[in-house]
Amino acid sequence: MSLKYVPKDLDEEASEDLKLFRDKLLAKPGKGSAGKTGTWRLYKPVIKIDGCTKCGICWLYCPDDVISWRPREYPDIDYTYCKGCGICASVCPVNTIEMILEGE
Amino acid sequence: MMRRVLIGNIAVSEAVKLANVDVISAYPITPQTIIVEKLAEMVEKGELNAKYIRVDSEHSALAAVYGASASGSRVFTATSSHGLLYMYEMLWWTANSRLPVVMAVVTRSIGPPWNIHTDHQDALTIRDSGWIIGFAENVQEAFDMTIMAYKISEDKRVLLPSIVALDGFILSHTAEPVDLPTTSEIDGFLPPRDPSPFKVEPGTEFAVGNLGPDEVTMELRWLIWRAMYRSKYVIEDVDKGYNKILGRNYSHGLVERYRVEDAKYLIVSMGSWSGDAKDAVDMLRDEGYEVGLARIRYVRPFPSEIIRDISSDVKAVLVIDRAVSMGSGGILYSDILRSIDRRTPVKNVIAGIGGVDVNQDHFKMIIEEFIDEFEKDEYHNWNDTYWFMPWMR
Repeated sequence: MSLKYVPKDLDEEASEDLKLFRDKLLAKPGKGSAGKTGTWRLYKPVIKIDGCTKCGICWLYCPDDVISWRPREYPDIDYTYCKGCGICASVCPVNTIEMILEGE
Repeated sequence: MMRRVLIGNIAVSEAVKLANVDVISAYPITPQTIIVEKLAEMVEKGELNAKYIRVDSEHSALAAVYGASASGSRVFTATSSHGLLYMYEMLWWTANSRLPVVMAVVTRSIGPPWNIHTDHQDALTIRDSGWIIGFAENVQEAFDMTIMAYKISEDKRVLLPSIVALDGFILSHTAEPVDLPTTSEIDGFLPPRDPSPFKVEPGTEFAVGNLGPDEVTMELRWLIWRAMYRSKYVIEDVDKGYNKILGRNYSHGLVERYRVEDAKYLIVSMGSWSGDAKDAVDMLRDEGYEVGLARIRYVRPFPSEIIRDISSDVKAVLVIDRAVSMGSGGILYSDILRSIDRRTPVKNVIAGIGGVDVNQDHFKMIIEEFIDEFEKDEYHNWNDTYWFMPWMR
């Protein structure tokens, strides 16, 4: 058979392509791959520790995984990446997370 | 090896069984239904150790095998016509994710009018998607191509999904003798799948096909383009290897060349009716016409280089299409035009749409008219596509 396109080496080219394919198609989770998204924030969630029952629901619901929490500990918000969506404040069963306008 | 008399659909099921697939998901549609019915029976009886997933639609069927394939399983699905169109979105997901899914498409006309008979329009709607598309001529080939599809698709140089197209009723419901390799012969030829290009499983953390920069989309398409080119070599190799198992001393590869060595006129066709076209070629040869036939076995990747070789010494080419690109011409025709020397005149005939029967005498009539026009210097009018509808003459 005479084929116009002759790759230098089928196996070599294929393994290079496969590596490139995996790098491009598969997205691995990493911290802040979109940059410091905390700068997007308009309102800042602040936990009023006095009322907090350490239930962890804010940790469970945070869509960006910026709240850290362990059972029987207080949750902690990473403001470098928190976009201020307000979901934590909305789901908090004791209303102890307050959304405060940035700059105030 | 053993010989059995099988209809096309059962032959495909037997091939899937021999390939030892792990997951099957499908939705019934005429004329494909028998394939997945038979497979369901094999799973039920314990002859085939596979998971059979019943779904609500063809879109879900391909989505189910997509997921199973992403987790490293060898998978199968089958469909026809409207079912294929219903899974259209997932076809592109599968090719763009480079998952080696194998699917049988029992070709059937697309409605309206409601019609269950064959033409190639359905299978060719996925022409541009990155699936490897083989067209069987007979039941034996439908069987062979199904087994080979796994070997080709799972090859690390390819990693693209494959479609085996077999003509509805003409092959799917017609019994022919078929040579079947034994399980041990196939186990040597087709080892269990190595889960490449990736394996989704518990403990791994990655997303498939997440949002990315525009350039990444283009790069991924370019990788499919390169893999398609490599697949031409792989298909030829796999075909040789497979035929050796069955003790055959021939291998057609991408294109079957029928009496083309000294041909002055070349006919191009694809699918089951090529048998009738060959009969017409034989009859015309007996009458002294120097005519040969190139049968396209794999339409994607398109064997441009081989067509160019075969057509290098011919006076004119006739492409007989069973599918049409509305407003352009026959679908094979445009690929042939692109492949051959631009000075060679090419005639295009559309026939057999909606399952209209085209027999050897029809082929003879079409070919004689083509040669006659060329010899009378009337080929300058061949810039249009002709529709063969003898009942309207």
